[in-house]
Amino acid sequence: MHIVVCIKQVPDSAQIRVHPVTNTIMRQGVPTIINPYDLFALEEALRLRDKFGGEVTVLTMGPPSAEDSLRKALTFGANRAVLLTDRFFAGADTLATSYALASAIRKIGATYGEPDIVFTGKQTIDGDTAQVGPGICKRLDFLQLTYVSKVASLDLAGRSIEVERRSEGGVQVLRSRLPCLITMLEGTNEVRRGTMLNALNAARAEVVKWSAQDAGVEDISKCGLRGSPTVVKRVFAPTARSEKAVVVEPAGRPPADALIDEIFKLRPKLEADMFELARGF
Amino acid sequence: MSQPAKPAPPAGRANAKKELSEHFKQYKHVWVFVEQERGHVHPVSWELMGSGRRLADKLGVELAAVVIGPAGEATSAAAAESFCYGADLAYIVADDVLTDYRNESYTKALTDLVNTYKPEILLLGATTLGRDLAGAVATTLLTGLTADCTELEVDADNSLAATRPTFGGSLLCTIYTLNFRPQMATVRPRVMEMPERVEKPVGRIIEFPLGMVEDDIVTKILAFVPDRDKATSNLAYADIVVAGGMGLNSLENFQLVRQLAGVLGAEYGCSRPLVQKGWVSADRQIGQTGKTIRPKLYIAAGISGAIQHRVGVDGADLIVAINTDKNAPIFDFAHLAIVTDAIRLLPALTEAFRKRLSPHTRDRIAS
Ligand SMILES: Cc1cc2nc3c(=O)[nH]c(=O)nc-3n(C[C@H](O)[C@H](O)[C@H](O)COP(=O)(O)OP(=O)(O)OC[C@H]3O[C@@H](n4cnc5c(N)ncnc54)[C@H](O)[C@@H]3O)c2cc1C
Repeated sequence: MHIVVCIKQVPDSAQIRVHPVTNTIMRQGVPTIINPYDLFALEEALRLRDKFGGEVTVLTMGPPSAEDSLRKALTFGANRAVLLTDRFFAGADTLATSYALASAIRKIGATYGEPDIVFTGKQTIDGDTAQVGPGICKRLDFLQLTYVSKVASLDLAGRSIEVERRSEGGVQVLRSRLPCLITMLEGTNEVRRGTMLNALNAARAEVVKWSAQDAGVEDISKCGLRGSPTVVKRVFAPTARSEKAVVVEPAGRPPADALIDEIFKLRPKLEADMFELARGF
Repeated sequence: MSQPAKPAPPAGRANAKKELSEHFKQYKHVWVFVEQERGHVHPVSWELMGSGRRLADKLGVELAAVVIGPAGEATSAAAAESFCYGADLAYIVADDVLTDYRNESYTKALTDLVNTYKPEILLLGATTLGRDLAGAVATTLLTGLTADCTELEVDADNSLAATRPTFGGSLLCTIYTLNFRPQMATVRPRVMEMPERVEKPVGRIIEFPLGMVEDDIVTKILAFVPDRDKATSNLAYADIVVAGGMGLNSLENFQLVRQLAGVLGAEYGCSRPLVQKGWVSADRQIGQTGKTIRPKLYIAAGISGAIQHRVGVDGADLIVAINTDKNAPIFDFAHLAIVTDAIRLLPALTEAFRKRLSPHTRDRIAS
């Protein structure tokens, strides 16, 4: 069995600060991490590999420094890492990103064996779109299984897979066919720690680096900025509300009473609404 | 992209011009995908109908609802209901194969509709269903899709300007799909205001065949397990929400939030670190990576008001903040503030509200 896991190296956005005057992002010194959601995808892939045999290939598209994240994935036990890196990919939106990644996955298939499953995380923490997974899937013409919380069973010989996936009002249990693309929900499994042995191997391992040409990208105009139908026109800071909060001064009264009075003074209709709501309780 | 692979805004494209090909110039009208699952229309659909109506009026075009589902009452009812929220017409793809949401069948239905009737703008809810479908449809149509928009406008050029948070919510960016059609966007539940429902019994209905039978669909539904904890899914739509943050210090103190919520008949929520600590389940998290809420009253206890939290509560009508730090950022967007220890105030507040809202008091006020 061959599984490809797409990961992304992202800035640890908890540490990003916006410059108060220029409204630009201060990215200097911000550490990068593997997109946390992708770790659940990687873990699920490794578990399936451990159970059914075969190989896991991790793939990322990014600047040369994204190699760090791939090495990290190798310490968790991935068999192989591929870095898709080329200036032609810069500025890609989700459509262009899915084109490049799907091209690379085809090449990985031709080189190392056709993948049975492609995994991605539910979304990234820097983009938050949840669009790249479905994008790759459509381009490869795979079956699409998003927001998967559990791979319930896998039948390699019969080419069939059963998963549980989150939907709005509950959980769908689905049976589908391989090859498929799965986007993995967070918190679905306990992500393993790297082992010492894997860390040693990872340090020595080769990270395969592909340019657009190496990856067999057919149409370079579908990559990066040129291949992106969306255009970012403007980046700006949210406007601050002009008025500050009214501060409640209890002035010798119980603060709770003072606060409630103030609430009902500002929103007189609320009191009646709250009676309604509180009635049931 | 809503997100460039490289986070820097691609300056080279900011001046990009609209050069719509002849083919795309035929694309007209605004569409809203009406999300329906198990006979229940997701309210985000009507919220989007409100935005869609505004865009359509500005462009001087029609607003259409797209209703996809099983043949029968629920699907036609959803279409009829869409007229009450402003749709001029409804496209219906009704087929029992569409009883449960599956990507293959819904993607076919929606892409076929788009290719046949050519909308200029297509809006979907950023729900699990909406995101699953939107990503697949946009890629199939090779057009742009902007996720999780917080504002939708048409500019002087009649292009859709879709604004969304970026960089973990610290900044906003406005994204265009200049040269491809339709211009697609998703919006999270509760971000847009719910339009008023107006009784409107008629609108045009255009039925469209799915062109697919069950055997064409590989993925099969084996079971559907509805959420048991119904209350949790209510947070986004609650009228009153009480939430706690790290200022509460412990899971034990967080119970004070639940108790106040209980007395108010409110839903309770939290900031992200409490979810990360495992104190509260993820579906109670409010904010950019949690739920967006629009309650009439939001009480935040021991929450600093980081931008990622703020974007989830900006639609609240009255924000009350309890914080020991008078410089906490939450006071920049709260309406009412009390600078005090939430751990002490919450029990007193619960008691005071209990008294104020008791039937006895109610009768006195009523008389
Ligand atoms: C990509 C990304 C996404 C995120 N998404 C979200 C999200 O969806 N939702 C979210 O909430 N956060 C989110 N965050 C985290 C966010 O940046 C903040 O870290 C978080 O909101 C802070 O939570 P807090 O205010 O509870 O805690 P803190 O920042 O620790 O603030 C605690 C506050 O409590 C006050 N306090 C302390 N003791 C008391 C007391 N006894 N009584 C009253 N007040 C007291 C303090 O003055 C302080 O203001 C996200 C971050 C990132 C990077």
